[in-house]
Amino acid sequence: MNYFELFSLSPSFELDTALLSERYRELQRAVHPDKFANASEQDKRLAVQHTAQVNDGYNTLKHPISRAEHMLSLKGIDLSHESTTVKDTMFLMQQMEWREALEEISDCDDPDEAIEHLHQSFGEYRGEITSQLAQKIGSEEASVLEQAADLVRKLKFMEKLQAELERTEDALF
Amino acid sequence: MAYSEKVIDHYENPRNVGSFDKNDPSVVTGMVGAPACGDVMKLQLKIDEQGIIEDAKFKTYGCGSAIASSSLVTEWVKGKTIEEAQAIKNTDIAEELALPPVKIHCSILAEDAIKAALDEYKAKHEK
Repeated sequence: MNYFELFSLSPSFELDTALLSERYRELQRAVHPDKFANASEQDKRLAVQHTAQVNDGYNTLKHPISRAEHMLSLKGIDLSHESTTVKDTMFLMQQMEWREALEEISDCDDPDEAIEHLHQSFGEYRGEITSQLAQKIGSEEASVLEQAADLVRKLKFMEKLQAELERTEDALF
Repeated sequence: MAYSEKVIDHYENPRNVGSFDKNDPSVVTGMVGAPACGDVMKLQLKIDEQGIIEDAKFKTYGCGSAIASSSLVTEWVKGKTIEEAQAIKNTDIAEELALPPVKIHCSILAEDAIKAALDEYKAKHEK
């Protein structure tokens, strides 16, 4: 299933999310099961299926990581079910350092500042990876797409870090 | 999801947590990560001149199964030769800890950490 086609959008990573939401509401109305209250059993079942598909598609395209995964899967690269190990030592060292910094936040003299600093570092790094990804993911070349896949994997680590940061923040205040 | 007793034991009393001095020439480091869950694992081995693993330490950021898997391999590799350590399979780890299917990737990560550390050892000794 190509979700870009479902929402009549061009398959681009830099997606107009306002337009996506608009198309989503249109489609949702068109396939809403309530509209099929007097329809045959088969049409009702189909309407339920379509609604589920529209919801899945919207959730997939809304978030950059799942959108990128969807784009790659359309090109034959499946990232969502892989158990690939990342071995980029420099990248992993940085991840370790950030995890250590998160652990030490509660012992900081000024945890507010430490949290603010990490938010900024994570944001900058994520922005850098995301813009590289936007350049590479449109490619048709296998080697460039493999690089794009690697960037998506890195974004997944950043997503996890961000969640940990927010958890640390919640625990403090 | 219920963790096995062995996982809980390693999680609550992890063996060999920490780091060696990375400037020590007998120390090699394996760094690996799993994008699916964002887990990061560092395994360090201290290997003597005869190629025997003298000591091992780990540091893992991840779920209980990832911590237990790395804690277990630090125990297993001690006293082993490079070849013996190389032969440790993720299935052995998963079986020992009774990992459920969704946590198999934690044992894969631990196996890959051993391999990454030993790769560094080989690269050092080829020179």
